[in-house]
Amino acid sequence: MHKRSLLEQIGLLGRSAIDVVEAMGRSTLFLLHAVFGRGGVGSSFQLLVKQIHAIGVLSLPIIIVSGLFIGMVLALQGYNILVSYGSEEAVGQMVALTLLRELGPVVTGLLFAGRAGSALTAEIGNMKSTEQLSSLEMIGVDPLKYIIAPRLWAGFISMPLLAAIFNVVGVWGSAMVAVDWLGVYEGSFWASMQNSVDLYEDVVNGAIKSIVFAFVATWIAVFQGYDCEPTSEGIGRATTRTVVYASLAVLGLDFILTALMFGDN
Amino acid sequence: MQTRTLETGVGLFILAGMLALLLLALRVSGLTVSTTGDTYKLYAYFDNISGLSVRAKVAMAGVAIGKVTAIDLDRNSYTGRVTMELEKRVDNLPIDSTASILTSGLLGEKYIGLSVGGEEKLLKDGDSIRDTQSALVLEDLIGKFMMNTVNKDKSKEE
Repeated sequence: MHKRSLLEQIGLLGRSAIDVVEAMGRSTLFLLHAVFGRGGVGSSFQLLVKQIHAIGVLSLPIIIVSGLFIGMVLALQGYNILVSYGSEEAVGQMVALTLLRELGPVVTGLLFAGRAGSALTAEIGNMKSTEQLSSLEMIGVDPLKYIIAPRLWAGFISMPLLAAIFNVVGVWGSAMVAVDWLGVYEGSFWASMQNSVDLYEDVVNGAIKSIVFAFVATWIAVFQGYDCEPTSEGIGRATTRTVVYASLAVLGLDFILTALMFGDN
Repeated sequence: MQTRTLETGVGLFILAGMLALLLLALRVSGLTVSTTGDTYKLYAYFDNISGLSVRAKVAMAGVAIGKVTAIDLDRNSYTGRVTMELEKRVDNLPIDSTASILTSGLLGEKYIGLSVGGEEKLLKDGDSIRDTQSALVLEDLIGKFMMNTVNKDKSKEE
């Protein structure tokens, strides 16, 4: 072990920076190839349906259950605080705004990264390590078109829908707790919600958030699988990286998007 | 057969997602489809509009019949000009109707209440209401109250 000179350490720093930039460049090229490359979407419609099933439909149970419980907990907590000001009707407003603006897209993004993203990475990584991807190339099929593109599109399509379902189930759960259990008057519960929630400000902005998160989370998951070291250890590391990077990206982008959408009023 | 159930599942999933978006728009944000197009504009000039905001409701006898679409300062008279859009079906307001800025509940939001006048002539699109009552400003009230008590004290001493 010789002690590294200052110059060598600076060199190491530079190399890791170059690695990061290179990975970003590779992943961007990869994305462009997969999404805009040759070959129509029509031929791969069957593949897309299969992937939407794997990514979207099979994620429904976890999304519905967590949406229900988060909505119920929000209603319970909000009621306990608001009732001391005598304004427990505002529970509807509070729950709807919290779910639509923040928790719906963000929690769906995190669950999506954990449930579907990790599976995507592991699946593609496994295909790479068993040389299925290179076999496809050998017989003249572009793996980016055949394997990657349907998974990317399935993620883009599924997650906004999952987020919308999450929101609806959450609002329904909160109505169940607030109206049926705690006895908030039903009319004012919905009225306070409808008076305060704006279609463009809240519903559309929430949908935009979930589309952005879907894009980023799926991209990270698929790229980590495609770019992983083709060993069982490498697949494990890549799966961990997917969950960590995708969760951090969702949380970081959420702050930026919130600042852009709601920061100036 | 395997692909058939799979496709049905995906179709149901996408339908459920679309339905969820529709529910969010209609049930949660309370979107109503039929309020565009059939409205007319009225202006009202207030000495003080404090706390009134754009999109506040305009009500008559407690029933919402329109909303505030713009608030700006009239340069010539130094008053706040409020632009309101009222539903076309309420087109029989006399020209001496009055507008006042009211508060719903003790801490609720501000809205504009209209009360009917007695003239024969009716307000048309683009007319303005001159007879207005401004928002209650708590500081002014306290100020008046203090002045009154001071005056009373003085008159007692004399």
